[in-house]
Amino acid sequence: MGKATEMNDKHTRSEAESGALKASAIDGGRRGFIGVAAGVTAAMVAPGVILHAVAAAPRSQPVTSDVRWGLLIDTTKCVDGCSACVEACGRENGLDLQVKSEDESEARWDHQKSVWIRKVKLQDNQTGRVTNLPMMCQHCEHPPCVDVCPTGASFKRADGIVMVDRHLCIGCRYCMMACPYKARSFIHQGTSGQLTRAPRGKGCVESCNLCVHRRDNGEESTACVDACVAEGHEAIVFGDLKDPASPISRKLNEIPSRQIREDLVLNTGVRYSGV
Amino acid sequence: MAKALVRAGLVAVGLVWVAFATNTALAGEVKRYVVEGSRAAELDSCVEPTERMRRMHMEFIKHQRISTVHEGIRGTKYSLTGCVDCHISYDVERIPKPINQPDQFCGACHAYTAVDLNCFDCHASVPNRPGVDADRAHREAGVEGLVRSGRNGEGH
Repeated sequence: MGKATEMNDKHTRSEAESGALKASAIDGGRRGFIGVAAGVTAAMVAPGVILHAVAAAPRSQPVTSDVRWGLLIDTTKCVDGCSACVEACGRENGLDLQVKSEDESEARWDHQKSVWIRKVKLQDNQTGRVTNLPMMCQHCEHPPCVDVCPTGASFKRADGIVMVDRHLCIGCRYCMMACPYKARSFIHQGTSGQLTRAPRGKGCVESCNLCVHRRDNGEESTACVDACVAEGHEAIVFGDLKDPASPISRKLNEIPSRQIREDLVLNTGVRYSGV
Repeated sequence: MAKALVRAGLVAVGLVWVAFATNTALAGEVKRYVVEGSRAAELDSCVEPTERMRRMHMEFIKHQRISTVHEGIRGTKYSLTGCVDCHISYDVERIPKPINQPDQFCGACHAYTAVDLNCFDCHASVPNRPGVDADRAHREAGVEGLVRSGRNGEGH
C-alpha cells in the first residue's frame, strides 16, 4: 500500500515537473506580454480606485479606535496677527452667525461669545521670545471634561474626538471649569440661522470637534487646516496619530513637539512644536 | 338566504370602496406636504408607512441621533435633515419657509397637538447645505422671533 502510494507520488511529481519544463519552454514571450499587460491595466485602473476611495461618502459603520485624529501645530510658522483659522472655524461651524445683544457691552461680548479656537501669544519674560499659537480643544486621551460631566453629554468618540452631545447637555458648565485649556464655550443666547452641518443652540456647552461632520463625510482635513494652507503658512497638520505613515505621524517623528500642560498626563491629541 | 348573501356582498363592496377612497384622500393629503422633485415625491410614503411615521417619527430620530452623534453614522434611513429636505416648502420667491412655522409641515401638527417642537432650537429649520444662506432665508421669511423659540418647558 505504502509502496503504491510512493510510486504514485513519484509518477505525479515527474509529470508535474515535465509540465513545468514544457511551460517554461513555451511561455517565455507570452509571460512577458502578460506581465506588461497586467502592469498597464493596473496603472490605468489604480487611479480610478484611489479616487473612488477618497470620494466623500457619508459613514455607515460606527467609528472605531483604529484611528485617532489629531493636530500638530508648528508655532514657528504661526504668524502674529493672522486669524485665518479662527475665522474659518467660525464659518464652518456657524459661530460667525452669533450676534451681540444690544444691552451687552463690547467687553462682555468678547468675553462671553463662543469661540472654538483662540489665538494665544506667549512671551518668555527672560528672553523676550514671542510665540503665537492657536489654542483649541486638545482632544485628550483622558479628558477631564468627560470625567466631570454629570449627564454623559461630554464624551470621547472612539476615534479620539472629544465632543458634546448637545441632546444630553444640561448646561451646568462643570466641563468648562475642569478643562485646563479653557477650550469650551457656553451658548448664552438663542440662536438663529443655524447650519445644517453644525446644529447649536442656547444652554449648551460647545468646543472644537475636529470638524466632525467632515470626518463622517470622509473629507480629508479641517476648516482651520485648509485656511492655514490657503494663507500660505501651513502651520497646522491634521491626521491620524495611529497611522505611522500619515503626514502628521511622520512629522511628529521628525521634529520635536510637546503637549501643553504635559504635567497633567492627559495625552493630548493636539501637539505643538516650537514652544 | 340569497337576499342575505346579496346584502352582505353589497356591504363588502361598499367597505372596499370606502377603504380605497380614504386611502386616495390620505395619499392626496400627504403629497401636498412633499416638495416636488424631492426624493420623497417619488415614494408612496415616507421612510416608513405613513401611519407608522405619524406615531413613531420621534422615536426613529431619537435613536438615530445617538448613532450619529456617538458613532458618526451619517447615512441613516431616519434623519432630521431628511425631514427638512423633503418636507420644506418655498414661498413665491423660492425662499424656504422654516419647517417649524405654525403653518408648515412640522409646525402645523405640533401646534395642533400642543407638543413642544424644540428640534429647531438647535437644528437648521431650512435646508442650508453649503451655498444657501440660512440666516437670510430666516430674515426674509420674517421668522427670527419664531426660530428663537424658548427651550422645552419655557412655554408652559
